[in-house]
Amino acid sequence: MFNSLSDRLTSTFKNLRGKGRLSESDINATIRDIRLALIDADVATPVVREFTGRIRERALGAEVSAALNPGQQVVKIVNEELVEVLGGKTRELQLAKRPPTVIMLAGLQGSGKTTFAGKLARHLRDKGHFPVLVAADLQRPNAVTQLEVVAERAGVPCFAPERGNEGGHDTASTEGTQSYGDPVWVAQAGVGQAKVRQYDVVIVDTAGRLAVDENLMQQAADIRAAIQPDEVLFVIDAMIGQAAIETALAFQKGVDFTGVVLSKLDGDARGGAALSVSSVTGRPIMYSSIGEQTKDIEVFHPDRMASRILDMGDVLTLIEQA
Amino acid sequence: ASSNNALGKGLLTALSGDTLDDSVWEEVEDTLLGADLGVDATTEIVDGLKRRVQVEGAPTTEKLESWLHEELLAQVGPDMDRRIAGTRVGDRPAVIMVVGVNGTGKTTTIGKLARVLVAEDKDILLGAADTFRAAAADQLETWGARVGVPTVRSAKEGADPAAVAFDAVKAGRDNEVDVVLIDTAGRLHNKVGLMDELAKVKRVIEKQSPIDECLLVLDATTGQNGMRQAEVFAQAAEITGVVLTKLDGTAKGGIVVLVQRELGVPVKLVGLGEGADDLAPFDPKAFVDAVLD
Ligand SMILES: Nc1nc2c(ncn2[C@@H]2O[C@H](COP(=O)(O)OP(=O)(O)OP(=O)(O)O)[C@@H](O)[C@H]2O)c(=O)[nH]1
Ligand SMILES: Nc1nc2c(ncn2[C@@H]2O[C@H](COP(=O)(O)OP(=O)(O)OP(=O)(O)O)[C@@H](O)[C@H]2O)c(=O)[nH]1
Ligand SMILES: [Mg+2]
Ligand SMILES: [Mg+2]
Repeated sequence: MFNSLSDRLTSTFKNLRGKGRLSESDINATIRDIRLALIDADVATPVVREFTGRIRERALGAEVSAALNPGQQVVKIVNEELVEVLGGKTRELQLAKRPPTVIMLAGLQGSGKTTFAGKLARHLRDKGHFPVLVAADLQRPNAVTQLEVVAERAGVPCFAPERGNEGGHDTASTEGTQSYGDPVWVAQAGVGQAKVRQYDVVIVDTAGRLAVDENLMQQAADIRAAIQPDEVLFVIDAMIGQAAIETALAFQKGVDFTGVVLSKLDGDARGGAALSVSSVTGRPIMYSSIGEQTKDIEVFHPDRMASRILDMGDVLTLIEQA
Repeated sequence: ASSNNALGKGLLTALSGDTLDDSVWEEVEDTLLGADLGVDATTEIVDGLKRRVQVEGAPTTEKLESWLHEELLAQVGPDMDRRIAGTRVGDRPAVIMVVGVNGTGKTTTIGKLARVLVAEDKDILLGAADTFRAAAADQLETWGARVGVPTVRSAKEGADPAAVAFDAVKAGRDNEVDVVLIDTAGRLHNKVGLMDELAKVKRVIEKQSPIDECLLVLDATTGQNGMRQAEVFAQAAEITGVVLTKLDGTAKGGIVVLVQRELGVPVKLVGLGEGADDLAPFDPKAFVDAVLD
């Protein structure tokens, strides 16, 4: 096993300590360590390359600080840059001027959409809203049942006019699973119901789909076109590796998402995907999903995410104190 | 190995100067890292190639590509035994337990595996020991109905998962089925309480019967965290094989190279879709081709 970034950088620091000025080769050595650390944190390689390129430029032009050794100075720049990319565009949920606010969820299979639907509903309910969940995943076995349970736990209603795939009426074939019923219609009817019943937020759960599945991506695009959502949230698993870029770009092209939710952050993955997705899509990360229960939702914190990706709390504390 | 793929083209430009400079190695490195092999496995493979270049001299593009194939294939362990314990053991059913972090494809894999076994004319029983996630037992039951096998489940949510697993294995013995497949709740490996619960499910099953196979389901999109998952799950339940799911997407699942080596446990199956027939044996050569494509 190779050492953690902290270990590696600490040894780089030892090499650098005492030198007055950062030479190009010093920067290169630190940058190489940072590159490995970012890759180790699952930041996608093209993003790593672009990011370290920017760091190198800034480091070369930077004034030498009296309080920090050159290696620490580079890390400081890295951290600042990370926080900026991750949080440059942080913002609140966009609420419709004329309710209902329509929010659509999209993402890969198993990323945490359905669970997040319940969390967001509860979060908004606690703020005085009246959300309704709409069961437009008619594909995964018992996705509708799952959303109904989730809604009950969140204490909000669930609009589920179609049962989707479940024992008894299941459209499974050797060709794979199809939808049972029309998810576009369900989504649209859900928004209609909300207007009639005066719910002020509609959260539409959709089936998981792969970046390369053109049919299903088109279906998601059709749902988006039919309901004209105020927000489309892309839910992505914090454990994802190099596939983050292609996935994020495919969903951006397919459903033009307006914000990102990073899920399963209660795990110990470093979550480099946050950097990958932010850099290539420019869309803000809005929420952290941090557990399996309804209450496990937080507004996203760029600074915490930056130090998580860098995994060098000690060094950062040192830098902050300088 | 043709030069029509991305790596080939990159290598071709990098090699055109007749010398093997750093950009060649960067190209190779990026390909491997981009498939989630991680820094360790990548470094090892590249070092191996560099040694070979030293001994045998600078290769042509095609030669280097075929060396890379060889090195990677060697890392993937083409000779590991990847069979699944899918037949009765003496006078009792084989017991297969499926574990992993949340949302990787455990329940779906059980459905597909049941389908394969049913096609071999085996009697199968499913056990819904995920009593936690919303509608988890319903999902498994639907899969059971899909492939025509019964599911043992608890009537109420939040029941003791170990008790359900115990009941399922017992029912499997009583009914003399061939294989009992036990689904467990997804859990993150850093949650000590949940990992203890898994170890308990295992212990309680073992009061009835040995567990013949414990499959760890890894999502191919998972990055370096996959190694941590594997280590911790292996401690809580003896893992006998890995299932790599969602290989029908763009992810290559390269982390399994390290997982196989560190755990000494083979990838046995791959998931290639959401349908009942989308399960296949792990094919080392196809895996290597996909990584290098
Ligand atoms: N630990 C943890 N588990 C989560 C989190 N979010 C979701 N999960 C779990 O991840 C699994 C998948 O979550 P779902 O909400 O079903 O994911 P999905 O995106 O709706 O999945 P599909 O509809 O199949 O595409 C479930 O076991 C959830 O309990 C989270 O933030 N932390
Ligand atoms: N494309 C694709 N999707 C898959 C594959 N395997 C599972 N899925 C999908 O991934 C999602 C999660 O699958 P599940 O089988 O529910 O995963 P799980 O590990 O049981 O999830 P939890 O029990 O919530 O931890 C579902 O939408 C499945 O249809 C696969 O090989 N390819
Ligand atoms: Mg869902
Ligand atoms: Mg499951």
